[in-house]
Amino acid sequence: MRAGVVIFPGSNCDRDCVHVLRGVLGQDVAEVWHGETALEGLDAVILPGGFAYGDYLRAGAVAATSPIMPAVRAFAQAGGPVLGICNGFQVLLEAGLLPGAMLRNHVQKFQCRPVHIRVESTRTPFTRALREGQVLRLPIAHGEGNYYAPPALLATIQDSEQVVFRYCAPDGRVVPEANPNGSLNNIAGVCSPGGNVLGLMPHPERASEAILGSEDGRLIFESLIAFVESRRPVPVG
Amino acid sequence: MSTTLSRLDPQAVGLTKAEYEEIRRRLGRDPSALELQLFGVMWSEHCGYKHSRLTLRALPAEGPGLLQGPGENAGVMDIGGGWAVAFKVESHNHPSAVDPYNGAATGVGGIIRDVLAMGARPIALLDSLRFGPLDDPRARRIATGVVAGIAGYGNCIGVPTVGGEILVDPRYRGNPLVNVVCLGLVRRDDLARSKASGPGNVVMYVGARTGRDGIGGAAFASEELDERSERDDRSSVQIGDPFTGKLLIEATLEALRTGGVVALQDMGAAGLTCATSEMAARGGVGMDVALERVPLREDGMRADEILRSESQERMLLVVHPEAAERVAAVFRKWGLNAAVIGEVVAEPELRLTLGGRPLAALPPYTLADAPAYRPAASEPQRLWDLWKLEALPPEPDPRDALMTLLAFPDIASKRSVYEQYDHSVQVRTVVAPGAGDAAVLRLHELAPKGLALAVDGNGALCALDPYRGARLAVAECAADLACVGAVPLGVTDGLNFGNPEDPEVFWTFRQAVSGLADACRALRIPVVGGNVSFYNESPEGPIPPTPIVAMVGLVDDVRNSPGMAFRADGDVIVLVGEPTGELAASTYLRTVHGVDAGRPRDVDFEVHQRVLGVVREAVRAGLARSAHDCAEGGIAVAVAESAIAGSLGVDVVVPAGSHRGAPSSRRDAVLFGEAPSRIIVSVTEHAVPALFTLAAQADVAVTVLGRVGGARVRMAVATEGPPRRDVDLSLEELRNAYDSLTGIFA
Repeated sequence: MRAGVVIFPGSNCDRDCVHVLRGVLGQDVAEVWHGETALEGLDAVILPGGFAYGDYLRAGAVAATSPIMPAVRAFAQAGGPVLGICNGFQVLLEAGLLPGAMLRNHVQKFQCRPVHIRVESTRTPFTRALREGQVLRLPIAHGEGNYYAPPALLATIQDSEQVVFRYCAPDGRVVPEANPNGSLNNIAGVCSPGGNVLGLMPHPERASEAILGSEDGRLIFESLIAFVESRRPVPVG
Repeated sequence: MSTTLSRLDPQAVGLTKAEYEEIRRRLGRDPSALELQLFGVMWSEHCGYKHSRLTLRALPAEGPGLLQGPGENAGVMDIGGGWAVAFKVESHNHPSAVDPYNGAATGVGGIIRDVLAMGARPIALLDSLRFGPLDDPRARRIATGVVAGIAGYGNCIGVPTVGGEILVDPRYRGNPLVNVVCLGLVRRDDLARSKASGPGNVVMYVGARTGRDGIGGAAFASEELDERSERDDRSSVQIGDPFTGKLLIEATLEALRTGGVVALQDMGAAGLTCATSEMAARGGVGMDVALERVPLREDGMRADEILRSESQERMLLVVHPEAAERVAAVFRKWGLNAAVIGEVVAEPELRLTLGGRPLAALPPYTLADAPAYRPAASEPQRLWDLWKLEALPPEPDPRDALMTLLAFPDIASKRSVYEQYDHSVQVRTVVAPGAGDAAVLRLHELAPKGLALAVDGNGALCALDPYRGARLAVAECAADLACVGAVPLGVTDGLNFGNPEDPEVFWTFRQAVSGLADACRALRIPVVGGNVSFYNESPEGPIPPTPIVAMVGLVDDVRNSPGMAFRADGDVIVLVGEPTGELAASTYLRTVHGVDAGRPRDVDFEVHQRVLGVVREAVRAGLARSAHDCAEGGIAVAVAESAIAGSLGVDVVVPAGSHRGAPSSRRDAVLFGEAPSRIIVSVTEHAVPALFTLAAQADVAVTVLGRVGGARVRMAVATEGPPRRDVDLSLEELRNAYDSLTGIFA
């Protein structure tokens, strides 16, 4: 797989994503500067976490207008897998590539700690190798992860299986105590109607090696890799 | 100001008449009004280390692996495999007293740029904080503001905050301490320096524009705080922009990779004045600088404002002329300013001009080498009285004492604080804040090796005996590192004291430095650099002498680094080291009985090294399932903390041992008495003989205290006669006490 990791000014998890994809999973990675306007020869695009443009406006709002974003939109519209992690999720929301919006955490504070999320849908490239109901342990690190959607939109995305992850207790129960930021219905990740664009607040790249305490995040990347490889034409001979 | 300032009024810029005479002697003439202002900031205590420099010479600054000692922007140690670490501590006490959020935020930004100036990528931050009691509204406002400022800056720039400490004491009410440590990683071959060289090389200003913030900040840091500080000194506090700080990290590292950068330095305290004069002085060269080329935030800034501004996120570079455009392009790519403002000249003279008009021309050393003083020192006689422990109060119920200690802010869980800090970015954090005695970062560059970091200080002990207190701080850092299996590499020290012109304060400074020096020599590690912050006084008086020690160590294999949490039912809890603890100068006496007295115990570093050696070996051999130093609150608190962290109960019996400071019949001395060189380790039952063998080989005492298991924490003191269970509490009760800070910070 050849994945592109987009670097906005203020991204700070770009190197971590590159490390996991290239160093841990042995994939080919292109570091894509936000000022570029084309995404050539990529199988997947990742928008990493951080504070793009400082997030002095709403998180992700300025990055959503970066020169690279039209190419990301075109890539997504062509069915290419796009993964937004944390700030990358916020950018995808602001760009209108995912439904809903992010509010400040209900606790009004940045939260950095491991959480559990439950896989709600396996129809995305990032979750197809997982089980529905499977519980993953991943760290969060954000101040604006309080997912919101107006009631009608919320009903739509729930009905159309666009909720991909929910915060849950270690045993998988989706309960209010497991919600770290006040997200509606414990939503931790949502996808586009086609399923190929996914945004999630927890950081799978920080949980992809045993030494860091969890390898659950790697399952998301491995699912993506398997999806990309399965789409490749089988070489003949 | 420059127009109204009398040429002959040194006091107006914080200098003495004698210092003015020294300036005249060095220049062979009167300084101009502007030059006098430059001397005012460069010869401030904050920049010039006037009262500390001679004393600091006592600190050991040599040793194997030392690549850069004091005198640069940060110290550097070799860690093998072609890699090195740069680290440094910096204080931001006065700005944090006046504007807690921005004071702390810019403290983070400043120390990061010091590490960056060595060519290193910042990979970790730690904070050592001191506040007044948190039930005091002002202390609380400062504490929450400081924590928010650290989070606001550190989270945005993507450097994990992996550890630190928070201690409270009424003596910090008027003058909090905010010391920030940064650690950076650099390839040995890519180490950068700040020594300007090469006449004809250009002087390039990069980063944010210069504004009117932080003007005179260095001078402000060199005065005592008073009632008007909060109102009048706001303009001395810099305002940080972490987004620009993050861009500056990436752009600077990328610019260094061009190979065109000869030298660089942060523009921190005393801004452009400090960077130009220090870089030129270090290289024995001069600089021509045209101030009109400095990127400004607003029109109409005066020369003295441009020169003394402490606007954040700026660096000064010396660049090969043919590389200038390439280097500038890197900064512009990152949306930052880059402007050639001058050039290096052979003649050692710093020549500042504005629109062609000469403003100042003077040898750089005259500014950079402030005079050094040997202040008077006198031992405070009252110390002898404080060392006498009167008849001790009767023992309270040990359960209540344990709960009180666990809830005391110095000991209580800092979870509600460190969860506000991004501590997992950069995917290195193996032992996270709160999980172990030291933070552990893996080095995928040198896997399975890693780095361990700890920071410790104890103003209350140093107030009673600054020499022993400083030694105890070094010993505790080393113990913290041993608990994760790390061998110490080096130390950076943050020395926070009151007014050095007060002989009793200066005596405590000298004693503390002497204690640090002796302790580091005993451990055979260098002090690679540090920070001195004097004039930490408020109308309530001086702060306790507060040397803060940050120690960096190397871990062979991070997969073996244990946390402090007990791991499994049935594991055996072993005390490595002598059981003996003392009540004198203990946290127990101070918090439970309100007795702040007694002489702190001293460290026997020969014994200490042997104890730590056993723990390190146990970790390396994969025997230690948990390891936790017995610090504040003694054995009882250490065991309780490991139990809470692991959500596992214990049943332990603590031997009475012998006690020098209190009658051995006192159970509180056994449970809560303090002493260095004692570490609680848990091992599986099968590993007990191996641990005992290690201890026997090193002639170190080991005692089985009991076992992990159940949901209650049970402790008894081993005495003659029928056993008595002194503590029997549920994990829930203990955790409620331990989480006392949640309501304050969360």
